[in-house]
Amino acid sequence: MNIDYNLDHLDELEAESIYVIREVAAQFERPAILFSGGKDSIVVTHLAAKAFAPARIPMPLVHIDTGHNFPETLAFRDGLVENLGVRLIVGSVQQTIDDGLVKEETGVHASRNRLQTTTLLNTIEEHAFDACIGGARRDEEKARAKERFFSHRDDFGQWDPKNQRPELWNLFNGKHRPGEHFRVFPLNNWTELDIWNYITREQIDLPSLYFAHERECIVRGTTILAHSEYLNLKPDEQPVTMQVRFRTLGDLTITGAIESDADTLEKITAEVAATRITERGGRMDDKRSSSAMEDRKKEGYF
Amino acid sequence: MSSHPTTNSLLRFTTAGSVDDGKSTLIGRLLHDSKSIFEDQLEAVTASSAQKGLEHADLSLLTDGLRAEREQGITIDVAYRYFATPKRKFIIADTPGHIQYTRNMVTGASTADLAIILVDARHGLLEQTHRHSFIASMLGIKHVVVCVNKMDLVDWSEDRFREIVSAYRSFSSRLDIPDIKFIPISALLGDNVVDASEHMPWHTGGSLLNHLEEVFVASDRNLQDCRFPVQSVIRPQIDEARDFRGYAGRIASGVFKPGDDVTILPSGMTSRIREIRLGNKVLAKAFPPLSVTVVLEDDVDVSRGDMIVREHNQPTSTQDLDTRLCWLSDEPMNPAARYILRHTCTEAKAIIKKVHYKLDINTLHREEEFDQITMNDIVRVHIRLSTPILVDDYRENRTTGSFILVDPHSGLTVAAGVLNL
Repeated sequence: MNIDYNLDHLDELEAESIYVIREVAAQFERPAILFSGGKDSIVVTHLAAKAFAPARIPMPLVHIDTGHNFPETLAFRDGLVENLGVRLIVGSVQQTIDDGLVKEETGVHASRNRLQTTTLLNTIEEHAFDACIGGARRDEEKARAKERFFSHRDDFGQWDPKNQRPELWNLFNGKHRPGEHFRVFPLNNWTELDIWNYITREQIDLPSLYFAHERECIVRGTTILAHSEYLNLKPDEQPVTMQVRFRTLGDLTITGAIESDADTLEKITAEVAATRITERGGRMDDKRSSSAMEDRKKEGYF
Repeated sequence: MSSHPTTNSLLRFTTAGSVDDGKSTLIGRLLHDSKSIFEDQLEAVTASSAQKGLEHADLSLLTDGLRAEREQGITIDVAYRYFATPKRKFIIADTPGHIQYTRNMVTGASTADLAIILVDARHGLLEQTHRHSFIASMLGIKHVVVCVNKMDLVDWSEDRFREIVSAYRSFSSRLDIPDIKFIPISALLGDNVVDASEHMPWHTGGSLLNHLEEVFVASDRNLQDCRFPVQSVIRPQIDEARDFRGYAGRIASGVFKPGDDVTILPSGMTSRIREIRLGNKVLAKAFPPLSVTVVLEDDVDVSRGDMIVREHNQPTSTQDLDTRLCWLSDEPMNPAARYILRHTCTEAKAIIKKVHYKLDINTLHREEEFDQITMNDIVRVHIRLSTPILVDDYRENRTTGSFILVDPHSGLTVAAGVLNL
C-alpha cells in the first residue's frame, strides 16, 4: 500500500458532494441550487463550479429574499452570480405578503422565517423545478440526522420522514412523478468544522459578515441580534456597539451574532474548533420547540 | 473539541443493536467522551432527563432525532452522526436493530468500512447478533468489532467474556469477515469506550475509540481493476473552452493516469487518456473515491452509463444476474412486474425470473417454500435484464457489484442487490 494513495477526509467529502451534484444534473430536467448567501450554500456553489468545470454551472441559483436580508449578503450574491456567469432567480417574500398568500408576524419575535416556505414552494412551482440543491448538513440539528441525499417531497412540498427512500451505496434514485420534487443535500456528511477547513483550504470568498466587525447590536437574553429597522424592539432595549461576527446567515431579525475578534479564516476556524455551542444555538427559529425544525421541514422548509 | 488538523482520514462505520443492548448509550458515550457534544446539546439532554425523573443525563437521548422516536423511545430510521478526534473523522450510520428493520441495517452497512456489533454480556449471542453479523458479511464489511456490553452487570468477568468470544468465533467461521475484534465494555459507565477500563485490567486490547482510530481500512480499496463509470459528458458552450470534451465521473476502482491506454465499454473503442482534471486542477493520477473529469486523445463516442476500463482487465457484461437481494419495500415482490434496475450510472428494465430461495438470516437456513417476498426478506434470485450491464463481484468491487431495483410506477426503491459472480 503506497502512502501516495491516502486521501484527506476533505478530499473524500468533496468527491462525494461533486458526485451528488452531477447526479442531479444527469437525473433531473429542471434542477436549481438554493442559494441563501450563507457559507454552506457558497460551498455548494463552489463545488458545483468544480463539478462542471470548465463549463458553467448548468442550473440557476435560486435566492428566497425575505426582504430582511443583510445588505452585505445581497451584494455578495450579485458579485458571485456575475463571476460564475450563472442565472439568478429571486423569489420575494414581500411579493408573497403583498399577494395576500401569507400574513406578516407581529410582536418582538416577529420573523419572516416561516413565511419563506410559501415563497419557496411558489417559486418551485412557477419554474417547475424538479430538484433543488440545498446546503443543509446532517450535523446541524437532530431532525436532519436522518436526511437523505435525495430527499423526496410530495405535491405539497412536504417531507414525510417515514416515507423516505432507502439510500444505498452511491445509487441515488431521483425517479419522480409530475408535481413531486426532490431536495438534494450534497453537504450531508460535512460538519461545521469541515466547512471552515474547506473554505480555508480552497480560499473561498465569503460575505464580510462572517468576519469580526463593529456593529450596533441588541442583546436579548443570551442572543445578540443585529440592530436594524426590521427588528421590533422591546421598550427597555437599547442598541450597543459590539465587536461581533455571525456563524450562520439567516434574516437580520433572527440571526444571532457572537462576540469575537476572529477576522481571518484561520482565526475563525480555530474559534469554531474550540467552540462549545452548536452554530444553530444562536438561531431563534429553532428554539420555538424541541421539534421546531422537524415541523418546519414537514411543511417544506429547506 | 481541540483544534483538529485537516489532514486526517475518514472512517465510516455502522452500529447495530436492539432497543435494550445500549447502542444509543454507546454512541452517546463516544460523542460525549470524545468531547463532540456541545454545551447546548448536553443542556437539552440533561433537561429532558430530569423531566423524565432520571438521575443523570441519559446520553441515548442525544441520538434520538425524530419526534415519533422520542415518544416511543425507539430508533426507526438510519441516523448519521459525526465526530472527530485529532487522528480521524468518523461518520456513524446508526441503525435500529428490530427484526422489521433489516432494510435499515442493509442501508447503513452499504457505505460502511466497519461494523460495531453489540452483545449484552448477560444474554450472550442472540438471533439478532447472527442477523447483524450476516448482514455485515453480505454487505462486504471487512472489519467487525464485537462489543460485549454491560460488563458491569456480570462483575467484569473475564470468563464470561471469553465464553462469548469463543461462541462468536465458532458462529462467524461461516461468514466472510476477515477482521474481527472483541472488546469488553460498559457503555453506561464508559469502561473501554474511550478510556481503558480500570475494572478489567485483564483486557489489554485497548479501548473501542483506540481501535477505531487505528484500524487500517485504506487497503480495502480496490486499486487494481480500473473502472470509471461515466456520469456525464462535459461540453462547455462558452468561447474559452469551445473544443473541450470531458467525461465526468467517480473512480469506482483502479488507478488512472494520463497516457494510459483505455477501452470504452460497451462499444469496445479504444483511446488514450490525455488529461485528468478536478475542477481547474490537473491531476497526475486518479483513484477511488475521487470525482474527476477525464479527457481522451480521440474524439470517440462516450455517454452516461458507459464505462472506461483497461483492455486486459474488463468487467463481465451480462443480461442475466444470479444475485442476492434484500427486499426493502412495504409492497411485496410482484413476480410479474417489470422493475427498473439502477447500476453505476445506468439503468435497465428487469424481470425477476425465479426466486431460488429465501434465507432465514437467523439460522442461515434456505427456505424453498414460501408465500411471497416481503420487506426485510433476503432472497436469491435470477434477474433478466433488457440490456447487458457491466458488473464485477461485489467482494472485489462494491460499486460495480451492487444495484437497486426501482418500481417504475411509484418511483420507490424496492430492493437492493449484491452480485456474487
